[in-house]
Amino acid sequence: MTASTPPLLELRDVHKSFDAVHALRGVSLELHAGEVHGLAGENGAGKSTIVRVIGGEHRPDAGAVLVDGAPVAFAGPRDAQRHGIAVIHQEPTQFPDLTVAENVFMGRQPLRSLRRIDRAAMHRRTAELFESLGVPIDPGRVTRGLSIADQQIIEIGKALSAEARIIVMDEPTAALSTVEAERLFRVAARLAEGGAALLFISHRLEEMYKICQRVTVLRDGSLVTSSPMADIDRDTLVRSMVGRSVEQLYPSRTTDAGDEALVVEGLTRAGVFADVSFSVRRGEIVGLAGLVGSGRSEVARAIFGVDSLDQGHVLVNGTRLSLGDPRAAIRAGVAMVPEDRREQGLILDLSIERNATLPRLGAVSRWGIVRRSRERAMATTWADRLGVRRRRLADPVATLSGGNQQKVVLGKWLATEPGVLIVDEPTRGIDVGAKVEVHALLSELAAAGMAVLMISSELSEVLGMADRVLVMHEGRLTAELSRKDATEEKVLRAATGGAG
Amino acid sequence: MIRASAKESAFAGRELGIVVALVAVVGAATVARPSFLSGQGLHDLFLNASIIGLLAIGQALLVITRNIDLSVGSVMGLTAYLSGQLFLADKDLPVIVVVLAGIGLGAVCGAINGALVAIAKVPALVVTLGTLYVYRGVDYAWASATDTTQINAYQMPQGFLDLGSGSLLGIPNLTIIVLVVLGITAYALHNFRAGRELYAIGSNPDAARLAGIPTGRRVFSAFVISGALVGLGGVLHAAYFGTINASVGTGRELAVVAAVVVGGVAIFGGSGTVVGAVLGALLLTTITSALPILGVPAFWQRAVDGAALLVAISLDRAVMVRLAERLRAERAVRRAG
Amino acid sequence: MRDRLLRWETALLVLCVVVLVVGAGSDGFAEQSNISFLLLDYSEVALLAFALLPIVLTGEIDLSVASMLGFCSALTGTLWDAGMSFETIVPIVLVAGALLGSVNAVLIVRFGLPSLAVTIGTLGLYRGLAYVLLGDRAVTGFPENFRPLATDSIPGTFLPYATVLVLVVGIAIAVLVHYTPTGRSLYAIGLGAQTARFSGIRVDRIKTTLYLVSGALAALASLVYTLRYNSARADNANGLELVAVAAVLLGGVSIFGGRGTVLGVATALLAMAGLRNVLFLDDVSNEIQNVITGLLLILSVLVPVVFKPRRTKDVPLEPSTVDTERRSGADPDRGVQRDHQGV
Repeated sequence: MTASTPPLLELRDVHKSFDAVHALRGVSLELHAGEVHGLAGENGAGKSTIVRVIGGEHRPDAGAVLVDGAPVAFAGPRDAQRHGIAVIHQEPTQFPDLTVAENVFMGRQPLRSLRRIDRAAMHRRTAELFESLGVPIDPGRVTRGLSIADQQIIEIGKALSAEARIIVMDEPTAALSTVEAERLFRVAARLAEGGAALLFISHRLEEMYKICQRVTVLRDGSLVTSSPMADIDRDTLVRSMVGRSVEQLYPSRTTDAGDEALVVEGLTRAGVFADVSFSVRRGEIVGLAGLVGSGRSEVARAIFGVDSLDQGHVLVNGTRLSLGDPRAAIRAGVAMVPEDRREQGLILDLSIERNATLPRLGAVSRWGIVRRSRERAMATTWADRLGVRRRRLADPVATLSGGNQQKVVLGKWLATEPGVLIVDEPTRGIDVGAKVEVHALLSELAAAGMAVLMISSELSEVLGMADRVLVMHEGRLTAELSRKDATEEKVLRAATGGAG
Repeated sequence: MIRASAKESAFAGRELGIVVALVAVVGAATVARPSFLSGQGLHDLFLNASIIGLLAIGQALLVITRNIDLSVGSVMGLTAYLSGQLFLADKDLPVIVVVLAGIGLGAVCGAINGALVAIAKVPALVVTLGTLYVYRGVDYAWASATDTTQINAYQMPQGFLDLGSGSLLGIPNLTIIVLVVLGITAYALHNFRAGRELYAIGSNPDAARLAGIPTGRRVFSAFVISGALVGLGGVLHAAYFGTINASVGTGRELAVVAAVVVGGVAIFGGSGTVVGAVLGALLLTTITSALPILGVPAFWQRAVDGAALLVAISLDRAVMVRLAERLRAERAVRRAG
Repeated sequence: MRDRLLRWETALLVLCVVVLVVGAGSDGFAEQSNISFLLLDYSEVALLAFALLPIVLTGEIDLSVASMLGFCSALTGTLWDAGMSFETIVPIVLVAGALLGSVNAVLIVRFGLPSLAVTIGTLGLYRGLAYVLLGDRAVTGFPENFRPLATDSIPGTFLPYATVLVLVVGIAIAVLVHYTPTGRSLYAIGLGAQTARFSGIRVDRIKTTLYLVSGALAALASLVYTLRYNSARADNANGLELVAVAAVLLGGVSIFGGRGTVLGVATALLAMAGLRNVLFLDDVSNEIQNVITGLLLILSVLVPVVFKPRRTKDVPLEPSTVDTERRSGADPDRGVQRDHQGV
């Protein structure tokens, strides 16, 4: 990394706005060959916009993008690819019906005589590629059914086959197990050794410390700091990202737990989770921690009735809940804010109003006819109470920001007047301001007597909010810790299979 | 090493299953009537399956890209009628000219479909439902306008009729044509980038676009080629049957779609082979021929196509579910390290 | 969205007016007997279209409706030929229709098979079974006291009894779709079936009911058809599903689900019926009429694409970080849109 060689990719004072949102304010960034550069920041900080600018999806409004020192203006993602840039997305887009080799080389298959595809060469080169990455994947295998982790490796293989030298990894470990993440880090290291410049975007600071040599922090679209990894400590990093001290993120709570509102016993679903039993009392927030794939969301969905259960039962306020029927769960006073806001929590094309009243269509009707006025009233009440910033209730909910969308989902479920509230990743993908509001809301609800089960992959959120922490690992409950006892190490150990 | 738990070769799984089913049906029919398996019997079998087989090749191309063409029956009727009209106008017209004209008209009809689907992004289901009407209507209107509601065999040149009913070395001409087309198409789909790109488009249209595949152009071409094949099918139908009226080809779309699905081309696109599609056509035709021999009244034929389609997609779903479960279990094991 | 729909209905009304104006120029258009004929001619199509509307709203389709009609007509003929009284036949046929619909329901809802493929299959299967029942023959001679219900109008008016039936069904569907919670659910399912499920909407139960109702309405239509033509044949209403689908799509219902109104479909039906009548009076052949129907169908999906309103894009939406492994494989919430999207 000598100062004389130009960076492989450079962003110079880049600005980008979308309508009223000024997403990037004069951000500068340098990616050097052989270096893994981390990009940190909360949601809404501008990380995804940077990815899109580098990937050629968006053109900056001001400032420059330079490749090998020369300014470029990408005509689109394919143009960016031609300049040697590859973006590995969280959800790789592949051809499930085609083989790994075909996926890697689609559109660029090696040819032999008469422009026929040289399958032998394609297979061989794919195998060589994966060998250089240290990951054995059968090139002849159909892609359908491969894990996200393997699909990412295939994306990387694709990038290499296209001779990409600038590789952007966008939150790659979000859906990976520890083992798979370790494998990815080894691959990233090899890529860097091979002379590529990597941009590694992640929420998880521990990972950054593991593989990045340098880190840039964004907040509210601006560059806050950029420094070698070794020169910045964790607390400073967090403070740069968040802009306030960690303590202020979570409301102080006093627990006054009442009766058991939700009791689950022996929940089992073959291959997904086994023998899960716990309870949630009124007035307490129970955090359910664990790694991705540990089965937490599946347990929640089984309790709520969207998924099936092989064994076990659920008691709400002492009465057995009819399983496999969300309507019954709602009637019993259970509500669930699902993990995937856009595919499970909201109908994006529908108005805010209609989204907000979806589970309560009966309540806004009289004699089987829906009363628009009641509908509007219910939607307005909850939108106001939660502070949803919108133009009109009749606008499609897709026009709202992530934080406001999440508030609509919360409002929708609170309107069902639940006694038990399950929230799955309540603050995923929303900006810090909204995060604080959601945390405050959950705390208030618990104080008012609601039983809250909170699933979260963010350790600090679990530790900051929960009165009791449950930890799951590979489908089983491995630990139950009170607020006093819960520490990061204990939770992590239980989440990765050690004793709690 | 992650196990190769899925096949890639062209002659595995589904195609084998169809052959097995074929053998079973032929076996049952031969037991009831030994002449079924005679030279003449097989000859007729392949002959009957040829035209549907030809149509199935084109339809397979489209279904692989996650599209469909319901207007095949109408296009076939149009080109059959065209052949008849051309010979009526000039009985000495060279057969090859008429064949090319039919292919050309079919290609034009396919191009219209393709343009609406690829350029205007209108769903293929709706477009071809509409053109099914339009093309059939044009056919009838043409028939009324020229006051020729039926063209008879004696009005056609012998050379043309020989093309339809003749054979070479014991194999029917029509079957030879289908096999040649099949060979070319199967080879092209397997060995050329454009062919693989059709599969990519059907497997994941968004990823295809991102990978730089010119999806519009590819889908349009698929419609044109399919149209040309259907056009050829109509001409061959006229050559074989000799008698043509404006209702030729009505209802064939069900048989073609059934053949393709039974043949293993998934309705979601991205998988299946043209060989499978033709085998599917052969199987369905054989079942239809075998039914009367087995004592089942001929009226069950339409029901057979529909039932076969339902059975095929149900089986496909059952297999996919089982496969998904197995893969999930495999993954859970691997994640743990 | 409301603006767009209003624009579509306005276009339809314009079409209606055009048809009326052209009709006024045709001999005999405005006569009472002709209006009755015009309305009667489309009674069965209307019933099928109303059966299809809720199904298409949820993002599915049912191409087997005309074949169900054909089968029920063949059944009617068979039972009548066997000497059963018509009063007994009616409920049996209605139940038969519902049973046919239930087969669709099981395959589509329970097994999760794509509705396009399934109903293409049942389209063939049911039509084939109709032939199995009746073969090539036709059964005629239906009772004199029932037939006028299908052919005559209310004395003194131009309004056929059959049209009253259509109106009743239409109004019932309209109330259901536009004013009841179930109706709201239909739109929700069409626009976001997963979220609908997560919101407590009984997606499977609703879809099953819709297919059952479709079968029953097809059976009802078969009774009207058989009585009106005084003939039960296996090929009755052959191809009528296309006219019904055309009416639904022309009426502004999106093939992808989640958008459309009963009023739109009703207006489209009127326009198509009027058009057909005008062409008939002007001695335009049946074939040209088919061409026009096909063109209308294509236009009905072409026009919205051309005038597509821009959805607020450009705000970078946060990518979902859900474990996508769950998404691989079959998705039971897939509707028509996922099957054949074109490019």
